[in-house]
Amino acid sequence: MLKVENLTKSYSSGGRALTVLEAVSFELAAGDTFSIVGPSGSGKTTLLGLCAGLDRATSGSVWLNGVQLDNLSEDQRAAVRNQYVGFIFQNFQLLPTLTALENVQVPLELRGEKGSARAAQELLARVGLAGRGHHYPTQLSGGEQQRISLARAFANRPTILFADEPTGNLDADTSATVVDLLFELNREAGTTLVLVTHDLELAAKTQRVVRIKGGTMISDSAAPVSSPASSATL
Amino acid sequence: MSQLPSARPGAGWLWRMAWRDSRRSRSRLLLFVSAIVLGIAALVGINGFGDNLARTIDEQAQELLGADLVLSASQPLKPEFQPMIGPYIENHSTEAAFASLVQFPKGNGVRLAQVRSMVGDFPYYGTWLTEPTTAVQEFRQAMRNNQPVALVDDALLVQFAARVGDSIRVGRVVFRIAGRVRKTPGQSEFNASVAPTVFIPGDDRLNVMGEADSTSLLARTQLIKPGSRVQYRAYYKLRPGVTPERLRDPLVDIPSQENTRAETVASRKQQTGRAFSDLTRFLNLVAFVALLLGCVGVASAVSLYVREKVASVAVLRCLGASGRQALLIYLLQTALMGLVGAIVGAALGTAIQLVLPRLFAGFLPVAVITTISWSAVGEGVLTGLLVAVLFALLPLLSIRRVSPLRTLRASYEEDASRPDPLRLGVFGLILLFILGFAYLQTRDVKLALGFTGGLVVAFGVLAGVGQGLRLLVRRFFPVSWSYVWRQGLANLYRPNNQTLLLTVSIGLGVFLMATLYLLQGLLLSRVQLSASGQQPNLVLFDIQTEQKAGVGQLLQRRGLPIMQEVPIVTMRLTSINGRTISQMKKDTANGPSSRMLTREYRVTYRDTLNPGSEKLAAGQLPKLGADGIPRISMDEDFAQRLKVKLNDTLVFNVQGAPLTTILGGTRTIDWSRVQTNFLVVFPKGMLEQAPQFHVLLTRVPNNQTLGLVQRDLVAGFPNVSAIDLGLILQTLDDILSKISFVIRFMALFSIATGVVVLISSVVISRYQRVQESVLLRTLGASRRQILRITLVEYALLGLLAAVAGLLLAVVAAWALATWVFEVAFVPAPWPLLVLAALTTALTVLIGLLNSRDVLTRPPLEILRGEA
Repeated sequence: MLKVENLTKSYSSGGRALTVLEAVSFELAAGDTFSIVGPSGSGKTTLLGLCAGLDRATSGSVWLNGVQLDNLSEDQRAAVRNQYVGFIFQNFQLLPTLTALENVQVPLELRGEKGSARAAQELLARVGLAGRGHHYPTQLSGGEQQRISLARAFANRPTILFADEPTGNLDADTSATVVDLLFELNREAGTTLVLVTHDLELAAKTQRVVRIKGGTMISDSAAPVSSPASSATL
Repeated sequence: MSQLPSARPGAGWLWRMAWRDSRRSRSRLLLFVSAIVLGIAALVGINGFGDNLARTIDEQAQELLGADLVLSASQPLKPEFQPMIGPYIENHSTEAAFASLVQFPKGNGVRLAQVRSMVGDFPYYGTWLTEPTTAVQEFRQAMRNNQPVALVDDALLVQFAARVGDSIRVGRVVFRIAGRVRKTPGQSEFNASVAPTVFIPGDDRLNVMGEADSTSLLARTQLIKPGSRVQYRAYYKLRPGVTPERLRDPLVDIPSQENTRAETVASRKQQTGRAFSDLTRFLNLVAFVALLLGCVGVASAVSLYVREKVASVAVLRCLGASGRQALLIYLLQTALMGLVGAIVGAALGTAIQLVLPRLFAGFLPVAVITTISWSAVGEGVLTGLLVAVLFALLPLLSIRRVSPLRTLRASYEEDASRPDPLRLGVFGLILLFILGFAYLQTRDVKLALGFTGGLVVAFGVLAGVGQGLRLLVRRFFPVSWSYVWRQGLANLYRPNNQTLLLTVSIGLGVFLMATLYLLQGLLLSRVQLSASGQQPNLVLFDIQTEQKAGVGQLLQRRGLPIMQEVPIVTMRLTSINGRTISQMKKDTANGPSSRMLTREYRVTYRDTLNPGSEKLAAGQLPKLGADGIPRISMDEDFAQRLKVKLNDTLVFNVQGAPLTTILGGTRTIDWSRVQTNFLVVFPKGMLEQAPQFHVLLTRVPNNQTLGLVQRDLVAGFPNVSAIDLGLILQTLDDILSKISFVIRFMALFSIATGVVVLISSVVISRYQRVQESVLLRTLGASRRQILRITLVEYALLGLLAAVAGLLLAVVAAWALATWVFEVAFVPAPWPLLVLAALTTALTVLIGLLNSRDVLTRPPLEILRGEA
């Protein structure tokens, strides 16, 4: 489902190269749940961005659902995302000018599918917000916004779901509800889940946990890491 | 490898998204819409008015003349050509027109009027509007029966509270007023109010043969004397199918008619159009400037909008929308809002176009038919749409490059160093649009290229100034200054600074507005006359030599000074350097204009210059040469146009006698002075015995004395005319204030658009500054400090942009004054300084208003809100 090979990302800063991710490799099968944990600035969000085709690696390759992303244009990667990928963000990232229902419809509409309103309404009902379809994001609480975001993430029936700190902006109670819902929906849809978090408790709910520090993978719960500097192929 | 997915939504989705997305941000597009509304309103208003005027002139062209062909000359029209044109004409009328004082015996009112003594059924086209309507028939009947009946212009009757049925004295004859004339074909209300007309029955023999029938009413007025300035006209109605040009062209070749001017409907139309060219040119420029300001407004308002939308675009990109789709969503939105703005603007412009003719009423040669000019409306809406799309595209193109990575990292910045070929393409299209639009407004390729080039230069200079400011502040940063100054100055060059954008947009706005202002002043000053101080205000002319002493005594009796006394001799040119006028007229390519060669010259003789209004330009003063040949002096400009130089030989025909002269010198003349100025001045000692008349200039202290002098003149010297300059200046002043009102009214649109540009330019910077200011407040900066930092930054930006814009405007106005309007250019410094101060103050004010949130609300609240 997702294959990452020798992924390195460097930026040029003040005339010298700054490597934020170095030689990361792993592979995920369909339906796997996987989390990337690490301290702030360790490179976990960079890794998620590269895996989801939001950014280009300096070197190395990413295969998503059999499609190699490295040489695709930004628009081609957008098409891949629309077809195979769902997203959940820490700050929800709902379109502020669209209603809840319309936000959920967008991924379906982008695929040119008919009956998007009905499908979106069903998803809203599934996340328990059937009656809030016509509300704008600013009229919803944080937890509700994240549930809308969940509905949107599953709208295009993705094969892989990327979640970036999905509970980072929520209180403990709301977090628990959202997390339960996320895993429930994931299980029902059989989606591969890639989760970035610094919440170890949340990470523990996934099948595999990878730790990153200073841009390098330092451990993987699925296989022993031979040395901190080397990468692990899963 | 799997196949790349290809399913894409249709155009319907793009429209739906554009609509949905705009729902909660339409108010944000208000600046954008108002820029379009104002620009298009000015455009549609002015173009619609121009269309209406042109169409009316076209439709009423025949009425402008009242006949198919009009011949006019200062001598009676000799009958040689009558047999030649006889077969082609269906009807004809003749008239002798001259200026004379007329008197209303009832109230003793006296005024200079235009007397038209007519024979025939003129006008053949258009309606001679009189009250009562039967007055025209009565007048024509009186013509045939030689009865003393007159038709009098409304303005004259109103001035003296006279009525139909009262009498009016013209020379020695008292006429009964049969009707009040509201409108005469071929005569504008302006003419009618400056020199109101009295129509009296004419003398056909005089008009054609030059020999008055002693029994005619005209002869009995005793107003026409040798040397009197009379204009003889013949009006022809041609048989169907005969073009006036067919008759006019051969007439020019008849020697006895070489001083005859022929006017056709087409030539009058052209002449009328030309008379308004300065005004329409300027108004077109106003429309052009308003629209350009609108364009700058569009570009800055949309940049502002795009900044707000970046986060949403990143989400859409993340969800799978292509860059093109994201761009199209916002392009559709701006196009739609542009269309709305253009339609509202066109509606507003239509209202203006309907009002403009009313403001100009009495000044235009025709009663403009104010219908909605659909072509102007259509052009306006299309232009609005085009401007909205083209100028919005520039900032919108960056949407294509918004990275989806922004969803993960809000601070992510796209790499802007890669050149965008589409952006270059849009720049090219914008240049093409400006060029095309300038051409459409001016119909002059050179002018259009000049305007476009000027704008490009202005843009470049302003960008250079902005860039220079950044570099200079950075290079010479005053490290020892206070924190507030350092922070304010540093804002000019730190990352995300707005220096370049604000300098260019504010500077362009100031540049365009100031150029317009300077030109407006130029055009208005060009037509303003001064009648103040101790200048003469009464001109007496047509005084025969034997009447000179009597008129002088008359003035002395009333205690009035003779400020100037000038003899005038009329003559015509017969040859220059041995080439006859007929020969030169054939050289249409290189020779002077036919009108200059055939005109009647009214010359005076003296050996001095008019103090105050004349300066010697070259050669010598008028002087009788030792060889007995007079050395004459000519107006410098006129000599150039006549293509003569010093020492050229000119032969004049002085009422039958040939007189050889040599051009001895040239003078520059200030024509705006109330004085008798002459194109040609002879020396003393040559013309004293020639038939001549005299002009006296005096100053009357009040209207009462004026009335007494005029009455004395009518009683003692009926052929002498008196021009009341005060009355003329007052009438002109009325007209001019109407014109300046319209010019200022239209310029208001540009100013309003300029303010929109300024607001949107400054509001753009809000998003850069608010977070910093909040951070500073969180760190403990006082409101006062934040206020002063903002003040330093915006005051510097506003001042620099304004000064740069103003300097550019002075250069542009000078160029336009020199090459387009052909007037001298002297900028008034004070209004410009005020404009600079105003722009700076407004920039600071808007900047401060922009930051008021930061100053009045708790930092945390703002940080949350902005997030």
